[in-house]
Amino acid sequence: MTRKQYHNQLRKLKEDTITMGNIAKDNVLGATISLKDHDPELAKKVIEAGSDIDELYAQIEDTCFALLALQQPMARDLRMIGAILKINIDVERIGDIAFEIAKITIATLEENHIKPLVDIPRMAEICSEMLASSMEAFENSDDRLARKIAKRDNEVDALFDQVRRELITYMIEDPKTIKNASHLTFVARYLERCGDHITNICESIVYMATGERTDLN
Amino acid sequence: MVSGKKMSINQEVIEISVKDLNLWYDENHALIDIEIEIPKNRITALIGPSGCGKTTFIRCLDRMNDLIPGTVTKGEILVNGGDITRRDVDVVSLRKKIGMVFQKPNPFPSSIFENIAYGPRIHGENNKERLTEIVEESLKRAALWDEVKDRLNLSALSLSGGQQQRLCIARTLAVEPDIILFDEPCSALDPISTSKIEDLMVELRKRYTIVIVTHNMQQAARVSDYTAFFLNGELIEFDETRKLFKTPREKSTEDYITGRFG
Repeated sequence: MTRKQYHNQLRKLKEDTITMGNIAKDNVLGATISLKDHDPELAKKVIEAGSDIDELYAQIEDTCFALLALQQPMARDLRMIGAILKINIDVERIGDIAFEIAKITIATLEENHIKPLVDIPRMAEICSEMLASSMEAFENSDDRLARKIAKRDNEVDALFDQVRRELITYMIEDPKTIKNASHLTFVARYLERCGDHITNICESIVYMATGERTDLN
Repeated sequence: MVSGKKMSINQEVIEISVKDLNLWYDENHALIDIEIEIPKNRITALIGPSGCGKTTFIRCLDRMNDLIPGTVTKGEILVNGGDITRRDVDVVSLRKKIGMVFQKPNPFPSSIFENIAYGPRIHGENNKERLTEIVEESLKRAALWDEVKDRLNLSALSLSGGQQQRLCIARTLAVEPDIILFDEPCSALDPISTSKIEDLMVELRKRYTIVIVTHNMQQAARVSDYTAFFLNGELIEFDETRKLFKTPREKSTEDYITGRFG
């Protein structure tokens, strides 16, 4: 190893990206559970952890730019930094999604949900599993795993359609459900977007591993 | 390992075709089974760690290794269909067609004008007007004319290092070569002179075929169209520069360009 300092920075950058991904994963699941259980404490934790994500986001971006400017990375290092710059944005957006869901928890503390939440928490679970696996695929530059993970976005999309249809039915039948149902529609939509961001992350991982651009949507 | 196989790419016109080239310095087998086709009007960069054979290789292309006792060369280097390794090749006219620019600028201790006029004159051009034209044209092509046109009679040694290097390039251009070899042309220059030479090379590739040896990988990545990676006397990988630096095929190429050895 001839460029010790540089390779240490690359390793740290990779670790930070995984740390941030895992925080975002916990936040999406935590925010959705806080909504399901009307748990303001859990929602506040998610909101606080959001600032950790913002800090890591800025730090990762700064490191990427510094490495590009100062070290002129090549080949797999260059592809990794390019991928991280994109993954960083997707993870930050997922963090925002968790933050928004946690805010809805706080806003709906006094509301009874129109029905016990099952499909929405299921969407969050799938997203959190996908995000956890995508961090594993990222760590190991595993493009096959990344492609496999992206396929699960279909499950999230299917659940979103189902939840939306169900909520529309509730709203048509009883306008008093509109307030809560529209909150829940937003949450479902947020989680559907979360799946899309994870698919983007998987595309970045495929690029990082192979240099190939791919559309996994 | 891809060496030993012919390496040619795309639908390029080939200027130099190297077949099964081996070279020994006494017992030291410095180049092993090199096969490469260097495209016309392109910049081909040779990279690799010290002692990998890249300078030895570029020196084969204008028979500079002939000057080192104990050197044995086998194989073919075809330029315009003719094998330049043959004993009966006239190296003086060969070096007119294949010019070389060295690591350190080495102008003759004479005027700027004489530095450029020297080559054409020893190749038989004695017409003063024609020589003046050649000097102007060569200095223009080497992007030095505007800086020296009012002082052509000053000593070349009064120029800055970067200017001297461009003068050496102009001197090479004056004898109308087809191919220009650059052996680490910027390693003795400051960053601004370096970018001038790099811009110049990109300009020159429209008329000439360029082969450059460089230790500066970023320079290879910036200026060249094709890159060849040498290691321990073998040609490991040859590809389009953007491919080689983004997605190299060989692990040793990847390890070298990412600084994991070398």
